[in-house]
Amino acid sequence: MEIKEFVEHFAEQFDDTDASVFKPETRFRDLDEWSSLIGLSIIAMVDEEYDVTLKGDDVKKSNTIEDIFNIVKSRL
Amino acid sequence: MAFLEFNNVRIAGIAAGVPRTIANNLHPTPWDVVSKDYAPEDFVKTTGVLERRISFTLTTSDLCYAAAEKLIKDLGWSKEEIGAIFFVSQNPDYILPATSCIMQDRLGLSKECYTEDISLGCSGWVYGLSSAAAVLGHGNIQKALLCVGEAKGRVQGDKRRLSPLFGSAGTVTALEYKEGESGFRFHFGTDGSGFDAIIVPDGGARNPATISSFNTEYVEGKETIRLISRMKGMDVFSFGITTVPKSVKALSEHFGFDYLQSDYFVFHQANMKMNNMIVKKLKIPTEKVPSSMYHFGNTNGASIPMTIVAELKNKCEDKLTKFVCCGFGVGLSWGTVAFYTDKLIISDLVEVSDEETDNVHVI
Repeated sequence: MEIKEFVEHFAEQFDDTDASVFKPETRFRDLDEWSSLIGLSIIAMVDEEYDVTLKGDDVKKSNTIEDIFNIVKSRL
Repeated sequence: MAFLEFNNVRIAGIAAGVPRTIANNLHPTPWDVVSKDYAPEDFVKTTGVLERRISFTLTTSDLCYAAAEKLIKDLGWSKEEIGAIFFVSQNPDYILPATSCIMQDRLGLSKECYTEDISLGCSGWVYGLSSAAAVLGHGNIQKALLCVGEAKGRVQGDKRRLSPLFGSAGTVTALEYKEGESGFRFHFGTDGSGFDAIIVPDGGARNPATISSFNTEYVEGKETIRLISRMKGMDVFSFGITTVPKSVKALSEHFGFDYLQSDYFVFHQANMKMNNMIVKKLKIPTEKVPSSMYHFGNTNGASIPMTIVAELKNKCEDKLTKFVCCGFGVGLSWGTVAFYTDKLIISDLVEVSDEETDNVHVI
């Protein structure tokens, strides 16, 4: 599992935010487009791409995209 | 493993009652509690809920009553034959007595009647079906009504609050004993560690209602009070997309049938994003998956029969039709059922006016 690919999948869940904005260290909650609805998309993407179940707290406790990446990686 | 099978019982008919008033989520009502995080358009796009039925007057039992009267007429049943009523809701008419007792009297059924309230939400129709099938399975009681729905809430507080996700509906499923019917095959599950994923914090014995229960607080960006249900949306979402596919597969493996051969898959109408994921994971063709959430919203425990009434009328009544249905939600609780219908009666949708509220059982 590569962080680069994970960041790309993460970025695909956003419609209005340019893909170039997304980096491992991006604090996703600071993005204008972030909302709990996008949170659902992230959970769905992780389930689909990595077969890992994220809970609400996993998303809430994470600040950066890399934080979520690390949770997913630890459950692979 | 929580697998159950009941034979010699069939679904004779299904009806649904909804309030006449339609709320449109692109133009939130003054009572809708809408998150400031996203626009109404984004809400509709993600949840798949454009419209829903609302009323500040009609209770779940009012909607179920209207649906029951219509269904009994459409079936040509006589009321003396009906020996059991199950009422599944989290918004009973009174804390006590049980609403099913009130329904017995309001419908004019015999006093020789088995009545039971079941407190479950979105899994409630499937659980109610198994309770009704168990009671009917010996033929001592021949006909039963399963009333499932959610409408007007039990608490108002300082102002009216509505969630744009949820619509009011009261459904009735008529069941009857018939020897030789293949009946129902069930899988059930529960995970009470998720008890607070959807919860009304105050007003039960754990936290009795006090004046402070009416204080306004903010949960996940939405204003609420501790007497109204709140939801951890992301937790419920991950629960739904993982648990439902597993339950459908467990049922088909246990009873040795190919779930993909079913004619229709009717899932609890949680929200479009969740349901699309479930359907994708089970690799079900979307034309076999009817949905009613665009026009009626998430109708809680009523959503499976509501969807059958809204989407399958004139499509399945006169032919042998294989169903797989799964309800899932608050508890956390889930149930999946496989059954056949044949010569099914689906009543026209019953639209109920605010004047049609119960004016006898009032105090």
